[in-house]
Amino acid sequence: MLFASVTLAALAVLLAWPVPVLLAKAHWPTRSPGIALLLWQAIAISGGLSMIGSLVTFGLIPFGGSLLQGLAQLPQLLAEGPLPAGTGLIHIFALSSAALLAAHLVLNLIVTVTRTERQRRRHRSLVELLSTPLPDRPGAPIHIIDSPAPVAYCLPGARTVTVLSEGLVALLDPPQLEAVIAHERAHLRQQHHILLVAFQSWRSSLPWFPIATRAQVAVSLLVEILADDQSRRHTDAETLAGAIALVGSAETNALTTNATQFVESSAALASERSAVSMRVDRLVHPEPQLPLAERVLILVAAAVLLAVPLVLLLAS
Amino acid sequence: MATLGDLERSIMERLWENHSPLSAADLKDELAHKTSAGKDLALTTMLTVLSRLERKGFVSRDRKVRPHLYFAVTTRADHTAELLQQVLGAEPDRATALAHFVGQVSPEEAETLRQLLTQRAVQLPEDSVATDG
Repeated sequence: MLFASVTLAALAVLLAWPVPVLLAKAHWPTRSPGIALLLWQAIAISGGLSMIGSLVTFGLIPFGGSLLQGLAQLPQLLAEGPLPAGTGLIHIFALSSAALLAAHLVLNLIVTVTRTERQRRRHRSLVELLSTPLPDRPGAPIHIIDSPAPVAYCLPGARTVTVLSEGLVALLDPPQLEAVIAHERAHLRQQHHILLVAFQSWRSSLPWFPIATRAQVAVSLLVEILADDQSRRHTDAETLAGAIALVGSAETNALTTNATQFVESSAALASERSAVSMRVDRLVHPEPQLPLAERVLILVAAAVLLAVPLVLLLAS
Repeated sequence: MATLGDLERSIMERLWENHSPLSAADLKDELAHKTSAGKDLALTTMLTVLSRLERKGFVSRDRKVRPHLYFAVTTRADHTAELLQQVLGAEPDRATALAHFVGQVSPEEAETLRQLLTQRAVQLPEDSVATDG
């Protein structure tokens, strides 16, 4: 049990600091965004399991036997006693921390999902009132909102909607608009909103952890890159890069003249800056995806990351 | 046949244009005049749609008079601002987690992108000459 606890703690620390920091700095994720996305998910799940698992295995040391036996006895022993000999305050503390951390993560996820759902419903009714659907378009409906700011986004849900603004339609030429629509539909098709909400919740539960903040920023960029790649199947990189650059360079004008409340904090701007540049850059100077061997290696690493805490927990 | 969504939209348009509150019957008459779809509207349909809009927080009514008079809670511009705020919202933990095409960029970043576009505009004619030839 002690071995498992110490190993899990080491894994948790690695996955909370150095690993996400290194992965966030790495260049290869823009070449193989899908694999990078899988790796981020493996890091998040494995990190969470290790943090909680390390505390539980440590707290259960005095109970002897396996983890599952210990967990099974725990409620009865806590309620009726007596606790096994050698149970110190530190073991009780570890068990309570594990329970609190697990509850915190789960509750935060529930709160984030509920709040997101409520805001999306409100947003959808706003869109339905303020926009007009584009007639005679095959596929999911496209709504045009009456705003000079060039925006494009998609609303996931039972009835998915792609929303474009008048400003965007005026700014881009028809092939560029098609590229934007293909980009947004890729988000909807690949269900990116689920990942975004999960990592959003992860970030708001552990705001001071690089694992969560870096992961959320990296995942938001990776889903954009994936959608760019999907869009490129319908159009050429040139058109899409032009659309991104036009919207990126026009937006500031629209925002500074219209509404100062939209100005973001410098930190958020910095991450957005590198994100937009990176997207344009990889379209203008395309790089091949990672060689097969490296992709397989990363996938194996992701699988090992998931397997290590599970095996340690079940075997201990 | 107009859908409920279309009906909600035309009712809101009327209420946004009219500065004084309107009864459901007034609204029905106005819709009948202005749109072909409004011709065979039942008053009950109007009341249903109005209470839907009230539930969503777009419409409010004066209950002190009979029949009730309906009015828009706020202007169209305010609602548009709210919508954009949700899309471009400043707070990084905005819960809608909308993936929008291009987020906000700093003025320097915008300048870099603009330069990139001008460079490409210069390059493009050469490219097309090359492909034509």
